[in-house]
Amino acid sequence: MIKVYRTLLLCCLLIPAAVNAQLNIVITQGVDNPVPVAVVPFEWEGFGVLSENIDMVISNNLRNTGEFAPIDPVNMLSQPHEQDEVYFRDWRFLDSDYLLVGKISRNENSQLMQVQYEFFDVLREERLFGEVITGNESQLRDIAHKISDLVFEEITGVRGAFSTKILYVKEDQAEAFPYRLEMADADGGRPRILWEGEEPIMSPAWSPDGSQIAYVSFETGRSQIFIQNISSGVREQLTNFTGINSSPAFSPDGNRLAMVSSKDGNPDIYILDLRTRDIQRITNHFAIDTEPSWTPDGSALIFTSERSSTPQIYQVDLETRWEERLTFEGNYNARARMLSDGNNMIIVHRYDSNDDFHISVLNLERGTIRILTETALDESPSIAPNASMVIYASKSGDRGILNAVSIDGRVKFQIPSAQGNVREPAWSPFLD
Amino acid sequence: MRNNKFYKLSMVAAFTLFLAACGTTTDDMGDGSDSGMGDTNSGSMGDGDNTGRGNASGAGDNMSGLSAAQMRERESALATTVFYFDFDRSDLSSEAREALVHHANRLMENSSLRYRLEGHADERGTREYNLALGERRAQAIERYLQVQGVSSNQLEVISYGEEQPIDPGSSDAAHARNRRVEIQ
Repeated sequence: MIKVYRTLLLCCLLIPAAVNAQLNIVITQGVDNPVPVAVVPFEWEGFGVLSENIDMVISNNLRNTGEFAPIDPVNMLSQPHEQDEVYFRDWRFLDSDYLLVGKISRNENSQLMQVQYEFFDVLREERLFGEVITGNESQLRDIAHKISDLVFEEITGVRGAFSTKILYVKEDQAEAFPYRLEMADADGGRPRILWEGEEPIMSPAWSPDGSQIAYVSFETGRSQIFIQNISSGVREQLTNFTGINSSPAFSPDGNRLAMVSSKDGNPDIYILDLRTRDIQRITNHFAIDTEPSWTPDGSALIFTSERSSTPQIYQVDLETRWEERLTFEGNYNARARMLSDGNNMIIVHRYDSNDDFHISVLNLERGTIRILTETALDESPSIAPNASMVIYASKSGDRGILNAVSIDGRVKFQIPSAQGNVREPAWSPFLD
Repeated sequence: MRNNKFYKLSMVAAFTLFLAACGTTTDDMGDGSDSGMGDTNSGSMGDGDNTGRGNASGAGDNMSGLSAAQMRERESALATTVFYFDFDRSDLSSEAREALVHHANRLMENSSLRYRLEGHADERGTREYNLALGERRAQAIERYLQVQGVSSNQLEVISYGEEQPIDPGSSDAAHARNRRVEIQ
C-alpha cells in the first residue's frame, strides 16, 4: 500500500516542478569524499497523496551542498521508519555514516500533519536526536528544510541554510511583464512573484530580519528605489530624485539604507534614514562611487569607486568620514560584500583587460585575492547567512543563469532556470 | 506582483469600455468634433511654421539659407539618433559631434522640443557600475548639446546600464552595439 502511495507521490512531484518553471540545482563540483548518509523514504500513514516528498527534499538538500552522498533508496536493505525498526548492521553494510528515518500522519480531527523523524549515528549505534513537528500540508516543505538544517548542523557544526530564501530578477521577453522579482526556497523550489512589470528591475536586497526587501525599478521612467513588505505586499517608492537612484543596502540594524544617487550631478553614496526619511551624503567625489554595503558592525561602508581611474574597493568610516582604498591588485574590483569575520570580502575581480570577471575572496589582513569562479561574466555575488556558499550570476550561452560556489571553492553548482534569464540573486538572512 | 497585473488589466478593460462608450453614444458628434479638432491643430501648426520661419518648406527642421547639399547633410545628421562608445569610455567620436551640432540647432530652433538621452552599457562589469557608466555617456551628450547652446530644460538624462541590450549576445560586436546613447 505504502509503495503505491510513494510511486504516486513521485509522479505528482514532477508535474508542479515543470509548471512552476522552478530553478533546479545541478552539482558541477563536489568534495572528494562526501559523507555517505541514508535518508529512508518517510512513511505516510494517511490516505491520499501528499503534495511534497519530505525525504526527497532532504536528500536533495544534503546532496546539493556537495558534502554529502545520500544513498539511493533502491539499494537500502530495509526501510525503517522509527527507532524500533532500525538494524544498524544494514546501514554499516552500505557504509552509511548516518541514518535518518521518519513517518508522516494526519491528525484525525484536524488538517494538521505530524512529521516524526529520528537521526542516528550508524557507527556509534546511537540515536542523536528526533522530534515530532506539526504543521499543515503546505508547510511540509518547510519541515523538510528544517530537518535538513538540523542534520547539516549536527554533522558539520555549521548552521544549515536550507530554510532560507533567495530573491532574483528574472527576465523573459516572451511574457507580457518581462521583468520579474521572484523569491524561492534556497534550493530554487516554490518560486513566487513579488513584483512584475514592463520596465527593468535591479539590485534586490534583504532587510536584516528578512521581512522587507528593497530594489530598483524603472517603472517611473528612471531608476528609483522601492521598499516592499514580503508578507503584506505593501510597497512604497523611497526615492524620487533625478539621475540614478540605486544600489540599496540595509544597515545591520535595519533602520538605514545605504544607496547611490546622482541627484547632485554624479553617482555618490548616501544614507537614507528609513524612520525619518532624511538623506545624508556620505561621499562627494567627481568619480563614480557606487555599490555600497555595510561592514558587519555598521560603523563603515565599503563601496566601489573609479577615482583612481579603474573601479576599486574603498571603505568610508561613518563617524570620521575617513576614506581608504582596500584593493590594489587587478584593474577591476567591484561590488564588495564583507563576511561576518570583518576580514574577508567577496568581490567581483578582474586582473587585467584580457581577463574575465571572477567572484573572488579578498583577505584584508594579507591583501591576497583568491579566485573562486571561472564561469562567464560572473557577477552579483551574495553570501549565504551561514557563510558556507556564495550564490552569483553568470552567463551560459546567451542566457543568464545562477551559480553557487562554496567559500572554500571546493563545491560548485548551477541553478539554471527552465526559461528566461535569471540574475542578481540575493540570499536571505536566517528567517527564524 | 499579481496585483499589478490585475491593475493593468483592469485599466486596459476600463479604457476599452471608455472607447466603446465613446464610439456608440456619440457617433455623430464624435465625427464632427474630431475633424474640427484635427483642422484646428494642423491649421495652427501650419501657421506657426509659415510665420515663424518665412521660407521654411514645412518640415520644420529646415532653415532658410541652407543649400540643398547642406539640407541633405542636416537630414542625415538628424537621422543619427544612436551614438556608440568604446569600452569603459564616454568620449564622443568626431562623427558624433558633427551630428550633434545639427541636433543642437534643431533644439535651439524649437524650444518646445525635448530630448530624452538614454545611456546604455555592455554586459561586462557589474550592473550598478554599468548603470553609472550609462549615465556618464548620456551626460557627455547632454553637455555637448548644452555647450552648443541648448537649454538644459530641453534635455533629460536616463541611464539603463546594461539592462536593455540591443543585442543579447556576448561577442565584441554585440558589446559594441550595446554601448550607446539613444535620443528619444
